[in-house]
Amino acid sequence: MTIAAAAHPPHIRIEGVSKRFGEFTAVRDIDLTIGRGELFALLGGSGCGKTTLLRMLAGFAAPTTGRIMIGERDVTAMPPYDRPVNMMFQSYALFPHMTVQDNIAFGLKREGVEKREVARRVAEVMALVKMEGLERRKPAHLSGGQRQRVALARAVVKKPEVLLLDEPMSALDKKLRAHTQFELSAIQRQLGITFVMVTHDQEEAMAMATRIAVMEAGRIMQVGPPQEIYEQPRNRFVADFIGTVNLLDGTVASAAGDHVVLACPSLGQDILLRTARYLAVGEAASLALRPERITIASEAPRGDGLNSVAGRVHDLAYLGGGSVYRVALAGGQVMEVSRPNLGLGGSAPLAIGERVVLSWSPDAAIPIDP
Amino acid sequence: MRDGIPHRLGRIASGGLGRRLVIGLPALWMGLFFLLPFLVTLKIAFSTSIVGIPPIGPIVTMTDDGALQLTIHIENWSYLFSDPMYVVAYVRSLFTALITTVLCLLIGYPMAYAIARSSKRWRLLLLMLVIMPFWTSFLIRVYAWMGILKENGLLNNLLLWLHVIHQPLAIMNTQWAVYIVMAYAYLPFMLLPLYATLEKMDLSLVEASQDLGARPFTTFLLVTLPLSTPGIVAGSLLVFIPAVGEFLIPTLVGSPGNMMIASVVFNEFFNNRDWPTASAVATAVVLFLLIPIVLLVWLRARSDARAAAAAS
Repeated sequence: MTIAAAAHPPHIRIEGVSKRFGEFTAVRDIDLTIGRGELFALLGGSGCGKTTLLRMLAGFAAPTTGRIMIGERDVTAMPPYDRPVNMMFQSYALFPHMTVQDNIAFGLKREGVEKREVARRVAEVMALVKMEGLERRKPAHLSGGQRQRVALARAVVKKPEVLLLDEPMSALDKKLRAHTQFELSAIQRQLGITFVMVTHDQEEAMAMATRIAVMEAGRIMQVGPPQEIYEQPRNRFVADFIGTVNLLDGTVASAAGDHVVLACPSLGQDILLRTARYLAVGEAASLALRPERITIASEAPRGDGLNSVAGRVHDLAYLGGGSVYRVALAGGQVMEVSRPNLGLGGSAPLAIGERVVLSWSPDAAIPIDP
Repeated sequence: MRDGIPHRLGRIASGGLGRRLVIGLPALWMGLFFLLPFLVTLKIAFSTSIVGIPPIGPIVTMTDDGALQLTIHIENWSYLFSDPMYVVAYVRSLFTALITTVLCLLIGYPMAYAIARSSKRWRLLLLMLVIMPFWTSFLIRVYAWMGILKENGLLNNLLLWLHVIHQPLAIMNTQWAVYIVMAYAYLPFMLLPLYATLEKMDLSLVEASQDLGARPFTTFLLVTLPLSTPGIVAGSLLVFIPAVGEFLIPTLVGSPGNMMIASVVFNEFFNNRDWPTASAVATAVVLFLLIPIVLLVWLRARSDARAAAAAS
């Protein structure tokens, strides 16, 4: 499987972990190594098992099989209050009957930290999350963003080895979310704590994580850095889940070295493919092609060895910085193409119904497992 | 902008027949069945005892020269403080109600907690088991307790058989019997509000506490218990207030020498036929209970409002 990058020696090892609730299997035989100091994201839709896996790391759920190591310690049977792990809850779970200060000091007091030291460390994290002056407020009198900061401060004040974050941004509005993403990443680098984050938001995972595990139906579909997940999706699920993708299905017509010709009935023509992957003639193959890797123009490009397919603009969406076109091809497939809006000097805008030519280089499309 | 929505909601709620009906019906109910009887009792408390039907003298009379005359007798009230029997019975009632409340809390809290944390399928069944005894007559249930507690009863026989005791315990016709049966009778009034509070408590708070290093018992003391205070307060009031005026249980299982205030009122009414004194006692009990509780609730509401105002 994927090896943690050298900069991140192994910290958390999940070995053959499964979790069953009665008949339902939430997590199926997962092996995963998370490096020290990583910001690792568990990404997937609801019910994919990501939260169950996180709860097993926190100690709120016990694996049915397998074991979990943090550092050199087997924590599989360790109760949550003994684990060197803290969690930031999706609902924040701030104690409503305590002030901000008491919320943050809660964990330190349980450790028996001396009173003056508690005050010093609370002040330190309050400064870290920029919440000075609100120590005496109750959680009910804080805004959503402030609550999130208190939850973060409470979770990091004990300097845990690992910080678990359950959908940390889900309760924030979009603008605040983008800002908080950068801030959270900065805090993570500053503290050097291993972060494991659960999210259903692929943009959030891409923006923040050093590595992402894409999960589906209790399994990990692919693990890797954001760029790898996006540019070299291993299978149809990952390609489809992350970003927008055009999936092309065909049969290998001829193969010579890394040059492959694929017959694509849905495109109405053959396409060229350059890949290191071995594909036998006659084999069915699926390709993932990202919208931004396709050039859209009124006329066929002059370049050599490019794929080009004619079509008609079926639909378009203007998104400000760029536009998205949906182009219907002769074979019946609709391709999604994105093009930056470069303004004056750029290409002329295209209208619905206009005839266009799509082109892409043979290495733009990635063969994936069906 | 931010004031817009509450303002609009306020406008929908203000006026309108529906709103007046919703507020008016309970007000009418309270007026008819609490305030009016209370005022009648209060009036009797200020009149004088006579031999007749009803056995009270009028407080408003016509004088010979045709003027209306209001005669208020306050000697009924001075009795309450000059004869120690009333004060002793009242204090005994308060003490018994307090013991009952504490017993209900000690038994009811773990039960409510267990029900609230059991699986959804079990919860309804367990709650039904708590409520079900209410479907049989209260009197029958108290008689059943007499069968359990009497000298030759189930409890004594069991303890003798187990060799825990060698002589039957004298529980029947003591305050112990009163405490036991009252705790039994009032338990659901404690349990249900506690259950409601514990059931809706956010369990991630318990997890957060454990995650931050608190062991289960510490978590209970620092998180669960403080967050269930509304349920404790509601349950305690629901048990304490009616327990002060409890009549049937002390009469049936208690000692005749340990009269509680309700028995005093009963005796004044039906044995002595002294309606004014009985009414004075009854009114005093209501006032002594009502005033501190209203004050408490009002102070609490005010401090909450202040805290909210200070924070915004």
